[in-house]
Amino acid sequence: MTVPKISLRGVTKSFGPKQVLRGIDLDVATGESVVVIGGSGTGKSVLLKCILGLMEPDAGSIKIDGEETTRLGDAERNRVMRKFGMLFQGGALFDSLRVWQNVAFGPIQSDGMAPARAREVAIEKLANVGLGPDIAELFPSELSGGMQKRVALARAIAREPEIIFFDEPTTGLDPIMADVINELVVKCVSALGATAVSITHDMASARKIGHRIAMLYDGKLIWQGPVGEIDHCGNPHVEQFIHGRAEGPIQMQVRKL
Amino acid sequence: MTIPVITQLGRMVLALMATIGAVSAFAGRAVQQTVRPPYFKAQIARQMLEIGYYSLPVVGLTAIFTGMVLALQSYTGFARFSAESAIPNVVVVSLTRELGPVLAGLMVAGRVGAAMAAEIGTMRVTEQIDALKTLSTDPFKYLVAPRLIAGVVTLPMLVLIADIIGVLGGYLVGVYKLDFNDATYLRNTIEFLQFQDVFSGLVKAAVFGFLITLMGCYHGYTSRGGAQGVGLATTNAVVSASILILTANYFITEAFFAR
Ligand SMILES: Nc1ncnc2c1ncn2[C@@H]1O[C@H](COP(=O)(O)OP(=O)(O)O)[C@@H](O)[C@H]1O
Ligand SMILES: [Mg+2]
Repeated sequence: MTVPKISLRGVTKSFGPKQVLRGIDLDVATGESVVVIGGSGTGKSVLLKCILGLMEPDAGSIKIDGEETTRLGDAERNRVMRKFGMLFQGGALFDSLRVWQNVAFGPIQSDGMAPARAREVAIEKLANVGLGPDIAELFPSELSGGMQKRVALARAIAREPEIIFFDEPTTGLDPIMADVINELVVKCVSALGATAVSITHDMASARKIGHRIAMLYDGKLIWQGPVGEIDHCGNPHVEQFIHGRAEGPIQMQVRKL
Repeated sequence: MTIPVITQLGRMVLALMATIGAVSAFAGRAVQQTVRPPYFKAQIARQMLEIGYYSLPVVGLTAIFTGMVLALQSYTGFARFSAESAIPNVVVVSLTRELGPVLAGLMVAGRVGAAMAAEIGTMRVTEQIDALKTLSTDPFKYLVAPRLIAGVVTLPMLVLIADIIGVLGGYLVGVYKLDFNDATYLRNTIEFLQFQDVFSGLVKAAVFGFLITLMGCYHGYTSRGGAQGVGLATTNAVVSASILILTANYFITEAFFAR
């Protein structure tokens, strides 16, 4: 039996009285692409941040390549972090740095690459996501939303990570740009041979990016299975979500005004 | 009736203790990263420019008017017992020991402390700090340490310049308004000035530089909840830095001059 790239058991996380994750079990094999779907505010981003070590889970085990990573020291955490690339929900580009400096940040600051060489690498990564060298000197605030997402994607892949996380890569983009980003995500992941975990509530994106889909609801992964099975999975929560119906077992908490 | 008041008071004390604990832990981690290489030299240079160079106009203006008003006020006081000749000395001692560092500190707290809290706070709420970590860069090393170093190094230089400009302000009023002889004014300024006067002011400046940047970084780093949270962080950075400056000022003065 091969060791899964990422393995979660019983991961829980609360903020004060609010239980966001109530026991997550998930295995992701090397080279696999898993998409986590779920409503807004269900804890999808929190789940990724726990795996990355940006948040400490309250309980449970998170193994990367079979190594337990909860409660690691700073140096150990840095070593494990080197395996990851992350595309943040809002892009999280450094707005005081130019586009190429954003992309080259990891190679220069953490891997000690010479700036001139890192700039070449950055231009190459920008080309991989369909951006020309002319935008390299711009600041992130001078770019459109779709271009920012692409720069963020270029930054996430710049260190050629073994594992890439995508937090809502298509949210806030028009359908055509969303599809462009989906294709880039698929292309980048397969080019690197990386393991990927993506978060989305956009079903078109989930179907395109994922090999496997898992649905997060009420702090648990209530369904997991191959993409092809999701349309006849027989789970009423999943069916309500993928068809986007207001009526069903998932009750939106809409406060009466 | 009295019990809710006591409960309230107890809660406030507990909250204060918790904050002091959190700030101390933050400061400890920051200082640790500050003394340990590697150093982000470009970041330090940028912050020194921000804290020192761009604060020159506002600190210079504060200093010159303070020096001028000191000369004027001490004249109206000292003329009553014919001690006008002490004016140059009063001006320079007040400036170097107290007003130079304190006023420059308060000005820089308003200018730089607020800007730091806003910048780091925005980085926090837009996940740029998380992004730094995923790129294996310690935010304490990259964001906090360069600001602390720049604050501690730059503020004494700024205060030294403020001292000189302030003395110049006193000189202008003394010579052109109060009819001092210019050579006498300068001689009286320098003659009774002690090394201790200037040195204690520069020590104060270094401590204030640390406090201002620490408060800016701490409130920015711990801010949460979008634009409103960043706004609150900015206010808190300025208010807490100002209070700490005035408090520290007393204790440093006591350490230097209490007999
Ligand atoms: N740092 C935090 N402090 C307190 N609550 C948080 C924090 N981060 C997330 N939460 C809460 O956890 C819940 C899940 O958030 P999130 O994972 O961002 O949702 P989403 O599934 O939309 O990505 C939300 O209700 C949010 O308020
Ligand atoms: Mg999210």
